[in-house]
This record gives sequence, C-alpha cells and structure tokens, in this order.
Amino acid sequence: MRLITFLISLFMAFNLSAAKKKTFVYCSEASPKIFNPQLGTDGATFNASSRTIYNRLVEFKQGSTKVSPGLATKWTVSKDGKEFTFDLRKGVQFHTTENYTPKRTFNADDVLFSFNRMMDKSHPYHLVNGGTYEYFRSMDMGKVISKVEKLDEYKIKFILTRPEAPFLANLAMDFASILSAEYGDHLAAKKQKEKIDMLPVGTGPFVFKKYVKDTLIRYTAHVGYYEGKAKIDNLIFSITTDKSVRTQKLKAGECHFVNEPSVTDIASIRANKKLKVISQPGLNVGYLAMNTEKKPFDNVLVRQAINHALNREAYMKAIYLGNATVAKNPIPPTMWSYQKATKGYDFDPEKAKKLLKKAGLENGFETTIWTLPVSRPYNPSGKKMGEMMQADLAKVGIKVKLVTFKWTEYLKKASAGEHDMLQLGWTGDNGDPDNFLNTLLGCAAVKAGSNYARWCNKKYQFHVERAKVSTDIGFRSKHYKEAQAIFKQQVPWVTIAHSKVFKAMAKGVTGYTQSPFGSDIFYGVDIQ
Amino acid sequence: MFKLIVKRLIASLPTLFGVSLVAFAFIRLVPGDPILAMFGERGVSEEMYLEMQANLGLDKPVIQQYFSFVGKAMTGDFGNSIVSREPVIKEFFARFPATIELGFLGMFLAILIGIPIGIIAAVKRNTPWDYTLMGTSLVGYSMPIFWWALVLIMFFSVNKGWTPVSGRISVMYDINRVTGLLLIDSWFSDEPWLAFKSAVHHLILPAFVLATVPLASIARMTRSSLLEVLGEDYIRTAKSKGLTLKAVVVIHALRNALIPIVTVIGLLLGAVLTGAILTETIFSWPGIGRWLVTAVEARDYPIVQGSILLIACVIIFVNLMVDITYIIVNPTLRDSNT
Repeated sequence: MRLITFLISLFMAFNLSAAKKKTFVYCSEASPKIFNPQLGTDGATFNASSRTIYNRLVEFKQGSTKVSPGLATKWTVSKDGKEFTFDLRKGVQFHTTENYTPKRTFNADDVLFSFNRMMDKSHPYHLVNGGTYEYFRSMDMGKVISKVEKLDEYKIKFILTRPEAPFLANLAMDFASILSAEYGDHLAAKKQKEKIDMLPVGTGPFVFKKYVKDTLIRYTAHVGYYEGKAKIDNLIFSITTDKSVRTQKLKAGECHFVNEPSVTDIASIRANKKLKVISQPGLNVGYLAMNTEKKPFDNVLVRQAINHALNREAYMKAIYLGNATVAKNPIPPTMWSYQKATKGYDFDPEKAKKLLKKAGLENGFETTIWTLPVSRPYNPSGKKMGEMMQADLAKVGIKVKLVTFKWTEYLKKASAGEHDMLQLGWTGDNGDPDNFLNTLLGCAAVKAGSNYARWCNKKYQFHVERAKVSTDIGFRSKHYKEAQAIFKQQVPWVTIAHSKVFKAMAKGVTGYTQSPFGSDIFYGVDIQ
Repeated sequence: MFKLIVKRLIASLPTLFGVSLVAFAFIRLVPGDPILAMFGERGVSEEMYLEMQANLGLDKPVIQQYFSFVGKAMTGDFGNSIVSREPVIKEFFARFPATIELGFLGMFLAILIGIPIGIIAAVKRNTPWDYTLMGTSLVGYSMPIFWWALVLIMFFSVNKGWTPVSGRISVMYDINRVTGLLLIDSWFSDEPWLAFKSAVHHLILPAFVLATVPLASIARMTRSSLLEVLGEDYIRTAKSKGLTLKAVVVIHALRNALIPIVTVIGLLLGAVLTGAILTETIFSWPGIGRWLVTAVEARDYPIVQGSILLIACVIIFVNLMVDITYIIVNPTLRDSNT
C-alpha cells in the first residue's frame, strides 16, 4: 500500500513538472527538405531552419520589411556604396546539442564560413549535400559579392562588385543564415560533413532536437539565446499535409497553430469560440500577364482594353471570398515606394470596345488564357477566375479558350513564352521593391524566364536600374514611383489582387506577430 | 521446395526488369523536371539550370541514366533523393514500417468483419439481411476514400473527440525507433502503456478507412463462394444427416469456400497499397504512400523509380510466400510445381 501511494505521488510529481513545461504544437504544411536554409527554396524548410535555429547578420524587424540589427549590431556603407562593414555582436552562444558542445562564441569566422560555403567553389563544404545554393544565386549574390573580409574577430567587410541597394535586405533573407565554423571543423574531423545540414547547430531561439521523417520536428528553447530564452519550452512541428485536416486538428485541440488554413475554412474557425484568426495583406500580387511578344498584345491599346474589360471587383467576392483587395500596382501597398497616385482601370466594357476599335480590332479576336493549375493565396482558383475572365472578355468580343497544364509543365512552357495570356503571381523575397519591379518586369527577366509578359521597356528599365544602385531610400522611391507610372500606362499585366494572409490559432496563443513574408516565427509566442 | 524457390526467383527477374523500365520511363514522361519543380514561379536561369542538371546527372543520355540506375540497383544502391540528398533505400525503410503497420491492421479488420458479413448474407440469402449487407458493401466498395475519411474525422474526432484527427501517436510521446512499428516501439518509451494506448488510438480510424474497400470485396467474395459450396452434394448429404445449420456452414462449407477467399485476399495486397496512398495523405501517416506522392510532385526521380522497384520486390516476395504456403497446405500442388 505504501508503495502504491509512493508511486502515485511520484507520478503526480512527474505530472506537475511536466505541466510546468510549455509545449507549443504547430501544424506545419510540409516536411522540410533539409535543415539548412542555404540549400532550401521553400517556406517549410525556412520555417523549420532559418526562423527557429539560425540568425542572420541583420534581421527583418518582427512584423515588418524593415531591416534591423541581428548578429551585427551596426553597419556602415562606404560612399561609393560598394563596401558594407559590420560590427558583430559579442558573446552570442551557439547551441549545445547531443553530439556537439561549442567551445567558443560567435565571431567573424562563422560569417566567413557561411558565405564562403556558398560562394567559393573550392570551400571544403561547398559541394556537401549537393550544394547549388539556388536562392543565394537567384538573388544574384554570387555576382554582387566580390569578397568577404575579416577585419578582426568582430568586424567583417563585404566588398561588392557594384553598388547594390537591396543588398542589406538580402542579408536578412533566409539563405544568409549564419552557421558555426567550429561545428563545421568538428564534423570535418569526424568525416561527417553531410551532418551539418541534418543535425543543425545555430545561434537561434530554438535548439534542434529531433526530426522524425514526415511526422514531426522537436525543438527546445535555447536557454542562452542572446535576446533571452523563448517563452515556450518545447516547440513541435506536427507535419500535416492536408489543409482541411490541419483545420480539423486545430479544432480538436491537437495543435495550437496552423499554417495556411483553407480560405473556405476561415468562417468556421472564426465561429469557433476556442479559436482565433488574424490576417494582414500579404507581400504578394496575383496578375494576368499578356505576352507582349505576341500579336495583338504588342499593342498597348489592346492591353488597356483588356484592363477595362475585366470586372476585378467581382473576382474579389467570388474567388477570394472577400479576402483580398484589387491590386493597382505590381507591388503591394505595405511596401515602401508604393505609388498611391495610381489610377486604376475601371471596369468599363464600353471603353474597352472603343479601345479595341482604335486598335483596329472592332470585331474582336480569338486567344487563350492559361489558368493557374495550383491554388495560391494570390489566386485560390485559377480555373474559376479563368471562367469569369472568359465571360467578361466575351462581352467585348474577345473569344477566349481556357488552357492549363500540370504545374511544372505550366511554368516551363510559360518561361519559354508559349502563352498568350497567363495567370500567375508572386510572393516577395526580401521586401525590396526591386524584388518585384525588376525580377518580374525587368528586361533581364525576359531571358531568365520570370518576366511572363515578356515586356522590356527602356524607360521603365532606366528607372529600375537607377534605383537599384543607390542606398538613399528617397531617391530610390522616386524612381520606383516613376517606374510604376510607366507600368500603369503600358499595362503588360492586369494586376488582379493582393491577398490577405491568414493565421489561425487557439485563443490562448499570445505574442504572435505576423510576418509580411509569410514566415512563422515562434520566438516571443506564449500560451496561456 | 528449394528448387521451386530458385525457379520462382529466376522467373521474377524479367518482371523486375519490366518494372524498372516502366518506373524509370513513367516519371520522366510526366511533364516538368526536378529542377523546375524546385524553383516554381521564381524561374531559373539557363546557366544555373544546366549546372544543376549536370550536378544531378540528368544531363547524360536517358539510356545511360537508365543503365546506371539498373546497374546500381542490382548492387542495392538506389541512388540519393534529389530533395533530401539521403539514400533512397534509407528513406524507404524509414517509412516502410508505418505502411506495414497500417496495412496489416487494415487487412486484419477487413477479414475480421468481411468474412462474417459474407457468411450471414449467404446463409440468409434473398432476405432483407442479405440485401442490406450486400447493398452496404457495394457502397463501401465504391466509396471515395478521401471524402469518407474526412467525414469520419469530422464526426469521430472533431465532434465526438473519440479518436485523434491524424498522425501515428500523440506528439507528446517521444518514441525512439527500434522496429519502426509504433505498437512495439511504444513499449520502450518512458510511459509504455500510455504511449501504446495513444498509438492504438491513432490507428483505429485510418485502419478502418483503409479496410473499407477490401472489406467490401471480401464480404462479397465470401458470400458468392459460400453460396456455390452450399449447393454441392456433400452439403446436402450433411444436411440430410441432420446436422445443424451452424455445423454445416462452419465445418463443411466454409473450409472449402475459403480457398478463393484467400486468393482474393492475396490479390488485395495491391489494393491496400493503393489505398494507403490516399489514407496516408489524409491522416498525415508517414508511410511510403504519402512519401511517393510528394516525390512525384517534386519529380524526385531517384525516389520514384527506386521505391516503385522496391515495392515490386516486396510484392513478389509476398506472392512467393503465399505460393509456398499453398504448397505446404495443399500437398497435391507439390508435384506440378517442382
């Protein structure tokens, strides 16, 4: 009997201590590819690595696109805009894990290690885990950075090949995360280099514990985190690929927070007393690109006519269920340099007909619209939108056939410019206008395949390029606003929508700030 | 017996060869490729595309790629995943136990429920019992699994709270992998009994969903096979001798009716694997079905071709086991086969 009471009390004591630990469960949408953001391109990988395990020299201020100090406490830019010098934070601890105990704190060697791994083809870690560093290179960083120089233990200098204003914002991006050079040496000595990306060690708010494939990821709070320990003790990513199942799990109390709830589930989550939903306009744009290399879309009058012919307000209700706003410019309103003065193209079929007549197409013409084969926040249902567009255009005499392909085939054909009109969208990388205006509409992007309107306008290009080489925000804004005005006059796209991004969670979750980039950050989050 | 096994193994080589060819060609016929899938709407420059292609060995002629795949596969090397960079074989066996556990329990449920239903329907032939059971099983047979699973989740998990929504075990239990089967591994955790209970709890709904289609086929097969046997002369003899209906059915009829049922069960193995793809996707079950779906989406060539070949090996192996069991059970088959 005594033994039983003892056991019971022991059990209770255990339960109590277990209850004190706060465990936060996040229902994520996909398995991470690997635990190193340098090698990733998708949100699931970034949420599981860069936003939990790692830090960067500079960070996006939580909830905004502004750049703030991270592992670097301050920085200076040389007059010609080609040298960025960073003062590094002292005493930042790397994680201690089951297999590794760091012997020193963060310093300039770690910065060198992280960047040289991506840049230097002869670096011992360059080829580890098939490193092609897609994101680093698709932001052109390999060409922009000429050299990274260690000035002393806590001072580092980036020398650029050309003045590049978005560079600082790029350093806050996921791929620019800082890995431990000492851990790299430790693994190299054990001939286990590939483990650096599977058993990660960083400086971030959470320490990686365990990954059970396709099932869950466990983290514990990093006690020595330089900004203080996280409020939750354990963080679990419960990988749940089906959208509606994620919502069901949230309702059943199996997770505190879900990523990307289905838009159609939002109403039922709102109605649930135990749950709450927050939203903000995303860093995205959904658009209809017109292939300006093909007739009749090379004619600006035709493009303007199509802008007047589409009833975009109706799409907001029917397709986005009211969870988006009509886009006037190619960049979202939350971004600096947004051109507020832009006048939209009103829904006006009569005007569209007049413009077509002026273009010599009063009898209309036949064409195709490619409809987006996947559901994206910037366009939840490409097919439905295609049908509505088809009906709108029929009213002004344009006969549209709807076409679609499997996602990868769609992109491949579209990059090659096989389409007439095409639905697509974009979600921002670094919060810099260049990332929209140049990446999607610049002349170089025609060849790279991300300019789906295949539109190359010299005046527009001039402004976008001038803005890119200056670090003066006022100067840059001026040029970007000019560029947006040219875009609006030339309309290579019909800008459709900026969608809102939704996050659903249990009522008791506090301290979550929505990131404009859509990433989920659990540092600062607490559960009541 | 040994001779038979060798003979069978040799006979399975052309099959494996064919499977390897189909698996290899199939994923390459699907439009798009791993590099494009990786970049999505961001696009990729020509230069980088070519470099990555070379890096992944996709720039070589297709014929050469195929022979390198088959050659390496013969030595047990199925290549590395393009996405995770880990060996395909390691990734496969990391997930295989989850599918086995689910498939085994699903099949068990299908047999446990399907056979009695078939018996009742056969014995109460042309009565409302028969009509109801066979009608229901027809519905079960043609059930859209995706929808069915969601309905069950909404009712049992969200409304009633009886079973968990998805997953294999509560995330609160940290299970170390021993066998990969959670019903066993849970016993090695800190709280064995609670962890085991949680694992069972999580299995019920997906196993039932997976069992739905095989259950219906087993019930229908049992009914028709039993009806056939019940018309035989020796059954009439048994009945005329005054045996009870129960004795006639269980002792005389069922035994002989079981042979075609067992064959059907063997054939249903394939159906269970296909069913597992959908079931695993909905219930976030980390098995090979769901893994294969993500791999096809990402055009992860080594995973798709490697795992299809591995699955074929498993099926061939199981079929061989079934055949051997037949021979052990039924001596008359021996001469014709050796």
